[in-house]
Amino acid sequence: MRYLPLTHADRSAMLHAVGAATIDDLFVDVPAEARLDGPIRDLPPHASELQVERQLSALARRNTVAGTVPFFLGCGSYRHHIPASVDHLIQRGEFLTAYTPYQPEIAQGTLQMLFEFQTQVARLLGCDVANASMYDGSTACWEAITMARRITRRGKALLSGGLHPHYVSVARTMARFTGDDLHTAMPTLDAGTDVDALIDRIDTDTSCVVVQYPDILGRVADLSALADATHAKGALLVAVVTEPVALGLLKSPGEMGADIVVGEGQALGVGLQFGGPYVGLFACKEKFVRQMPGRLCGETVDAEGKRGFVLTLSTREQHIRREKATSNICTNSGLCALAFSIHMTLLGEKGLRGLAEINHAHAVAAADRLAQVPGVELVTPAFFNEFTLRLSAEARPLVRRLADRNILAGVSLGRLYPGEEALANGLVVAVTETTTPEDVEALAAALQEELA
Amino acid sequence: MPRYFTKDHEWIEVDGETATVGITNYAQSQLGDVVFVELPEPGRSLSQGGEAAVVESVKAASDVYSPVSGEVTEGNAVLTDTPDLVNTAPEGEGWFFKLRLSDPSELDALMDEGTYMDFVASL
Repeated sequence: MRYLPLTHADRSAMLHAVGAATIDDLFVDVPAEARLDGPIRDLPPHASELQVERQLSALARRNTVAGTVPFFLGCGSYRHHIPASVDHLIQRGEFLTAYTPYQPEIAQGTLQMLFEFQTQVARLLGCDVANASMYDGSTACWEAITMARRITRRGKALLSGGLHPHYVSVARTMARFTGDDLHTAMPTLDAGTDVDALIDRIDTDTSCVVVQYPDILGRVADLSALADATHAKGALLVAVVTEPVALGLLKSPGEMGADIVVGEGQALGVGLQFGGPYVGLFACKEKFVRQMPGRLCGETVDAEGKRGFVLTLSTREQHIRREKATSNICTNSGLCALAFSIHMTLLGEKGLRGLAEINHAHAVAAADRLAQVPGVELVTPAFFNEFTLRLSAEARPLVRRLADRNILAGVSLGRLYPGEEALANGLVVAVTETTTPEDVEALAAALQEELA
Repeated sequence: MPRYFTKDHEWIEVDGETATVGITNYAQSQLGDVVFVELPEPGRSLSQGGEAAVVESVKAASDVYSPVSGEVTEGNAVLTDTPDLVNTAPEGEGWFFKLRLSDPSELDALMDEGTYMDFVASL
């Protein structure tokens, strides 16, 4: 039975109140030629579930699936092994409580899990406090920029050339409406990052400096000097981590003095999923917690002194402070955060270190092998599990030809920076624990043929 | 020292060219337990009726407006660690900030204590 709450009399009363005679009167602003006047043309007749499944499966088979071919794509999304136990545990009843846990008495499962998630993220990123997640890394990055503006009351943000161009693009879109002054840069196809150049450009109008760690080409820089230089001018250092597994080995940005550390959590527990939904990580120093966007869970005790979990500092959020909210994202990526948290819990600190070591070792072996191919040069001397090659030919069409041979060779810089001649021969290659020596050999052989 | 009140439930006590501002006992009783206060930094210039501070309780976060125009000389740093002073001594130790008045004639638009008490009684 369809649930239709309005009677004819209800509708008439509402139409009368707004001065309309019929429902159609409400749509007079839509041009006549744009209105639907019958069935949608070319829409096929309804089909059975079996027929639909058959047709969609046939369409899906035309994709080259990540797990079925040698796969080296990274640049913000990483293919890692997800234990079957993660997918099993996220479906447990304790986590099926409302994903908006405004009633703590019926949402303790969700709230406790978010509290644990926050603890893990804060420790991983090296910060005092983390929120219950954002939509993804790029939106978390933008929120960090606006948070820095609120704290410093300055509107000029310096974005490193090593920041993912899609993250820059999201920030640009938002800045069109907020008036933030974004100073962006292009990466250069060489070993050094732009940390020193950024230090020279910080002034007393700067709200924050935004750097990616490791950066879009896979380069890893010590951020300590940059943090000191930023603080000396009264600005904040925002660090962006797109591959959190790296922090199993690398010193965290928080430990190096970053004020706000954000990231993309997809690599831990969440599949590639065609680019989303993902889970944004957001952490900062405790003194900035009231300017932090997003949902925050806290541990407390109930009237009987028993431990419990609640949403806390909600007064920052838009449903209470309206247009003055520090947070206009009163939600979080609950299910992806749960998967992240379960995978982190299963790994533990030792497991995460082990996973990171395997990633790095595989990547080093792959870089060494690929650099032996004539026409291939390793650009990045220090990296975690992702590095950049300079090819003797334009990378983007070559990646296309290799895809036709069922090898997904990596992300060409021509794809990320169309029209940038200086970057056109760059290829970013990601290697994880899922990459086998046979995969690397297949890529090396194919590159050798294509570049000969 | 003369003390004035606003319809937004701030009080201001004037001492020559400077004044101390806080929220009234009625305001704190409506807010409930105060958990955080955001104060204006010294040097910031405020206009009469403009946003000056934020007071956050377990129930809500509210703006505190400046009763008169002037330049902030001091925020009550004690409130950072003990915001509950706003509940226990709203019209004394729980003051918010001090400012140097730029136009004392603005005080004429404010209420005296008796008028304010009548105003509160009418709410």
